[in-house]
Amino acid sequence: MPAVQLRNISKSYGNLRALDSISFDVRRGEIFGLIGPDGAGKTTLFRILTTLLLADNGEAAVDGLDVVKDYRAIRNRIGYMPGKFSLYPDLTVEENLKFFATVFHTTVEANYDLVREIYQQIEPFRKRRAGKLSGGMKQKLALSCALIHKPSILFLDEPTTGVDPVSRKEFWGILRHLKEQGITILVSTPYMDEATRCDRIALIREGKLLQIDTPRRMTEQFTESLWGVRSNRMYPLLTDLRAYPEVKTCFTFGEFHHITVKADFAEEKLERYLQERGHREIMLRTLVPTIEDYYMQIAQTDTL
Amino acid sequence: MKQFAAFIQKEFFHIFRDVRTMMILLVMPVVQIILFGFAITTEVNNVRIAIFDPSKDAATRQLTERLEASRYFTIVRILDSPDTIDEIFRRGEAQLVVVFGDRFQEKLQHTGEASVQLLADATDPNQSTTLTGYASSIIGSYQQELTERQGIPYRILLETRMLYNPQIKSAYSFVPGVMGLIVMLICAMMTSIAIVREKETGTMEVLLASPMPPIYLILAKAVPYLVISIFNMGTILLLSVFVLHVPIAGSFFGLAVISILFILVALALGLMISSAVETQVAAMLVSGAGLMTPVMMLSGMIFPIESMPPLLQWFSALIPARWYIAAVRKIMIQGLDLRAVWLELSVLTAMAAALVTISLKMFKIRLNN
Repeated sequence: MPAVQLRNISKSYGNLRALDSISFDVRRGEIFGLIGPDGAGKTTLFRILTTLLLADNGEAAVDGLDVVKDYRAIRNRIGYMPGKFSLYPDLTVEENLKFFATVFHTTVEANYDLVREIYQQIEPFRKRRAGKLSGGMKQKLALSCALIHKPSILFLDEPTTGVDPVSRKEFWGILRHLKEQGITILVSTPYMDEATRCDRIALIREGKLLQIDTPRRMTEQFTESLWGVRSNRMYPLLTDLRAYPEVKTCFTFGEFHHITVKADFAEEKLERYLQERGHREIMLRTLVPTIEDYYMQIAQTDTL
Repeated sequence: MKQFAAFIQKEFFHIFRDVRTMMILLVMPVVQIILFGFAITTEVNNVRIAIFDPSKDAATRQLTERLEASRYFTIVRILDSPDTIDEIFRRGEAQLVVVFGDRFQEKLQHTGEASVQLLADATDPNQSTTLTGYASSIIGSYQQELTERQGIPYRILLETRMLYNPQIKSAYSFVPGVMGLIVMLICAMMTSIAIVREKETGTMEVLLASPMPPIYLILAKAVPYLVISIFNMGTILLLSVFVLHVPIAGSFFGLAVISILFILVALALGLMISSAVETQVAAMLVSGAGLMTPVMMLSGMIFPIESMPPLLQWFSALIPARWYIAAVRKIMIQGLDLRAVWLELSVLTAMAAALVTISLKMFKIRLNN
């Protein structure tokens, strides 16, 4: 029995179709990533699975239990960390943890082993009000609170949004560790670079499921030849590249623009073309595709 | 049960750690009762009065002296003509005018009857009743003395006229009104804000996704405010008895029963509001405009219900505070027991039952949208 099962789940808010017939399974004990930009429907999906929202259509089960009929039973065995920081800012770190332990019919002591690794890092501040913690510490406290009752499935909605890169890395280390203890983790993120840390990922956009696979297999499916280009004038570079006949697609990716090219593409020809257009400090190099490249590619073909 | 206790403890943490909440909950009732209490204080001292005395004889002089000698009154004007009376009231120069009949002593001696008219500015009905009461007792004691001294039954005919508010009914006893207002404020407004705050901060999402039964969630929110309301009731009653000298004339048990019933009504209203709105500001506006204003304006706390237009009278019957305040007046001021307020009691019971049912039905076990 899969940890989470979705069959044709749809949900609309008025005219906005937040989820459009989504179906997938999350296997027991895996870290499953839901990858997509803001507004893709990630939060709606989480709320349906955590029994907080009713889907318009379709069926979903968590731990084999129906999200509508057996909502009480599901609420007993899941851990949920919403996207927004959702603890009590006027209670101390310790009081928050204690409160959530009691709400889940347990005590901090009984399940301390599970949260120790995370909680130890914030324990020096246990008398501090939660509202006064830094972003990374808040997130650790929230995770501790979501874990304190030893849930079998953990739902983390954008846990790393607004958290510094070091804490983000640390956080994914913690998730690995939890997975080793047998907890299934369903996590969403808008950061594509975090996708590779999941066992399997689902790419979603505008409520539609684009693809489900392991991150590696997804990047392997990227068969185009991929180049990175930069110059001293990045914005005109984008339009110039898009106007160049041998370039198929061109997207901005921070430092470099990523382009896919046709078979007759020649490096020197592009460089000369760009120089003629007034670009200096031109850099051109081949790239290994990432999930984001793949996402952009399939998102592109999807609209066509 | 442990869950429930932890929840209530957490709720008290929220209350005790927020200075603003604490002020509203604990200081406001005291301030209100004292403000309203002294605004209607029944004690009068050195009230300015004017005299119109066409007789100017020994008897009227004696009476005038007695009025002046009492610590309640200070004579500020001796009027030459009755035409100026109205003007004096309008300018606020005097709050009471004593008008003697003409040929006062002569009439008193020959017919055994003479008349005095007391004119009071009844825009403040409480004050004016008190004033005329004091004045009549001074005149009454003079009459009695005269009778005893001379052995003839003299009668001074007193005519009292309340100007500007002739009805003077329902001299508003503010204490019941303040009790109604405070309960509405604390139970309905504070409870709804406390629940909506959890929606706003997102903690409601976590709590709903927890095994905590939703009904616990509501009850745990309501209990602390119930406790604080009862505490406030106690404070208000203590203040009114010992500071304002408004005694609890009737059954204390009856007062407690009707108060708890009203607290339940207010809590249910607060829960309903919290189910209907999504932000603390909205909760405050709805409970402020939707609950406080009617309590102040239509419950008979400030404006007598009897003098409202029929439409508003009918509307005021829908306001729980009206029934509560009426009942508290009967029990506390008029000294009646529970049997005397059976109507109020049954109306409030019906309201409590209906509102609690509706508010529990309205509470969502999932998120709104």
